Amino acid sequence: MIRALRIISANPLSLAGLILVTAIVLAAIFAPWLAPFPTHNSAVVDFAYANNAPDARNWMGTDLVGRDIFSRILYAYRISLGLGIVVLIIATPIGTIVGLLAGYLGGWIEAVLMRLVDVFLSIPPLVLAIAVLGVLEPTLTNAMIAVTVMWWPWYARLVYSIARSEREEGYVLAAEVIGASTAHIALREILPNCLPAIITKMTLDMGFVIIIASSLSFLGLGVQPPTPDLGSMVAEGARYLPDSWWMTVFPGLAILLAVFGFNLLGDGLRDVLGADQ
Amino acid sequence: MSSVFRILLRRLAISVIVLIGVSMLIFAIARVIPGDPARIALGPNANADQIAALRTEMHLDEPIVVQYGFFVADVLRGNLGQSLYTNRPVTVDIAEFLPATLELVIFAGILMVGLGLPLGILAARHRGRWPDHLVRVGTLLTVSAPSFVWAVILMLLFAFYLPLFPVAGRLDDSYEIARVTGFLTVDTLLAGNFAAFTDALHHLVLPSIALALSGIGQAARLTRANMIETYDKPYIEMAQAFGFYPSRIARRYAFKPSLIPSLTIIGLDFAAMLGNAFLVEAVFAWPGLSRYGVAVILRKDLNAIMGTVLVIALTFLVVNILVDLLIAFLNPRIRHSTRTAS
Repeated sequence: MIRALRIISANPLSLAGLILVTAIVLAAIFAPWLAPFPTHNSAVVDFAYANNAPDARNWMGTDLVGRDIFSRILYAYRISLGLGIVVLIIATPIGTIVGLLAGYLGGWIEAVLMRLVDVFLSIPPLVLAIAVLGVLEPTLTNAMIAVTVMWWPWYARLVYSIARSEREEGYVLAAEVIGASTAHIALREILPNCLPAIITKMTLDMGFVIIIASSLSFLGLGVQPPTPDLGSMVAEGARYLPDSWWMTVFPGLAILLAVFGFNLLGDGLRDVLGADQ
Repeated sequence: MSSVFRILLRRLAISVIVLIGVSMLIFAIARVIPGDPARIALGPNANADQIAALRTEMHLDEPIVVQYGFFVADVLRGNLGQSLYTNRPVTVDIAEFLPATLELVIFAGILMVGLGLPLGILAARHRGRWPDHLVRVGTLLTVSAPSFVWAVILMLLFAFYLPLFPVAGRLDDSYEIARVTGFLTVDTLLAGNFAAFTDALHHLVLPSIALALSGIGQAARLTRANMIETYDKPYIEMAQAFGFYPSRIARRYAFKPSLIPSLTIIGLDFAAMLGNAFLVEAVFAWPGLSRYGVAVILRKDLNAIMGTVLVIALTFLVVNILVDLLIAFLNPRIRHSTRTAS
C-alpha cells in the first residue's frame, strides 16, 4: 500500500489524479460543512440574489432562483460519487462471477453466458440505460439500476478474457490434480490474478459512471429536482446561454474535473498493478 | 477472399443469435413496465370494455411466450406498432428522425478516425517527449467529460463568443430542400444547391466535434499504446538499422499492425456515439432521434421506445459486422489464408 502510494506519487500526473480524487471525495463527504450555503441543496429560493454572476459572495454565481452554484456542486458530488460506488459494488461482483464461470468452466456455459454478455454489449450503453429508465420512473434508485444493468457485462468480458488464459496455466492444472473444488480454483486461484485488472477498471469506471449518470440526469431521466445533480444543472443552465454562462460552465467543469481525476489515478494504478487491460 | 466471406457468414450467424437476444431483452424491458399497457395506451378516460378489447387486440391475455411470438412476427413484417405520442407508425417516425442522427454520427466517426489515429501515431513516434505528453494529457481531458459538456463549451466559444458557426439546427430556414435520403449533405447535392450544402456542413461542424471528442481521445490513446508495443518488435529495430526514415517506419511498419486491435474498439466507440448523439442533439436542437426518444420515454410510449432501441441495436450490429470485415480485409494473415481463420 505504501509502496503503491510511493510509485503513484513518483509520477506527477498520477499524483495530480490522487490529489484531485482525494479533494473531491473529501468535498463530497464534508459538503454540509464546506458549502457556504448548506441549505441550497433543496428547493429554497432567494430571489434577491437570483441569476447573479460569480462574485465574492457566490464564487460560481447563482441559479435562476438564487441558489449558490458552488454549494450545489458540492452536494451534487455526493450524489455522483454515491451512485458510482453503489453501481460498481453491485455490477463488479455480478460481472466477475459470470466472467469466472464462463472463462474457467468453458463449454456450453461459456457459450451461453458470453452470448448473453454480447446481447447486453450490442446495445449502446447509454441507450440501454435510457430504455430501462424509460419503463421505470426516473429516480435516483432507478438510475442506479439502469446503470448497473449496462455495466456488469464489461466486467464479465474483462474477467472472462483473463480467466480463459489462466485456465491453461500450470498452477490451475496443479490445483485440479490435487482435487481442489471448482469454487476454490475459480475464487482462490484464478480470481486473485484478475484483481489488478478489476481494480484498475473500477477506478477508471468511477469516472465513466459519473459521465453516464450525469448524462441521464441531463436528459431528465436521472436524479429529479430539487436534488442537485451535475447533469441536470448543465441542462437547466443551457437554456440561458450565453448570458448566464456560469450556470452551465461550472457544473460542466465539475464533471470534467472529477472524471479527469479518476482517469489520471486509474492510469497510475495501471502502472503500479501491472494490469494492461 | 473466401476466408473473408467465411468470416462474414460466421459474423452474420452470431449476429442473428445476438439479435434474438436483443429482441428478448427489449421485450422483457417492455413487460416489466408497471401498469397495464392497454390502459396506458387508452389514457385515463377509457372504460373497462375498451381496455378489455384492446388487451385482446394486443394479445396481452395470452401466455408470455405467445406474446413474444406475436412481437417477433410483427417486427419481422416491419411493423413496430403505432406511436402513442405522434399517432403514426413507429417505423415512419424512425425513418424521419434516424437520418439526421446517422449523418451526425457518421461525420463524428470520420473525425474520430481522421484525427484520433494521426494523433496516436504522433504520440507514439515521439513517445516520452513533449508531443507525447501533450497528446496524452489532451486526450485524457477529452475522454473526461460527457459530450454534452463539450457541446455546451463549444457552443459558448464558437457560436456565441466567436460567432463562427450556427447555434442550432441542421440547415438555415431560407433553404428549401426536397427530402430524398434525409441526409442533408446528400439531399442538397442531389438538388444541386451548393450553397445549401455548405450551410449543412457548416451546421454539422460543432455538433460532430462535440460528439467525436471523447472518441478521438480513445482512438489516439489506443493507437499510441498499440504502436508503442509494436515499436519494441525486432523488425522495427531492423528497419531502423537499415536507416529507413522514422516517418516511413511509423507509417509502414509500426502503424499497420497496430491498427487492427484499435479498429475493434473504434467500432465500439462508434456505437457509444449512437447513444451520445442523444446528448449532443439536445444541446444543438438537432432534429434527430434524440428528441423523439426522450419524448416517447417521458410519455411511456412503449412501441416507440422498443422500436427506437431495436433500430439502434440493429445499426450497431451492422457497424460491428462492417468493422470485422474491414479487419479481416486489412489483416493479410486472414486475407490470404485459405483455412478457417478466427
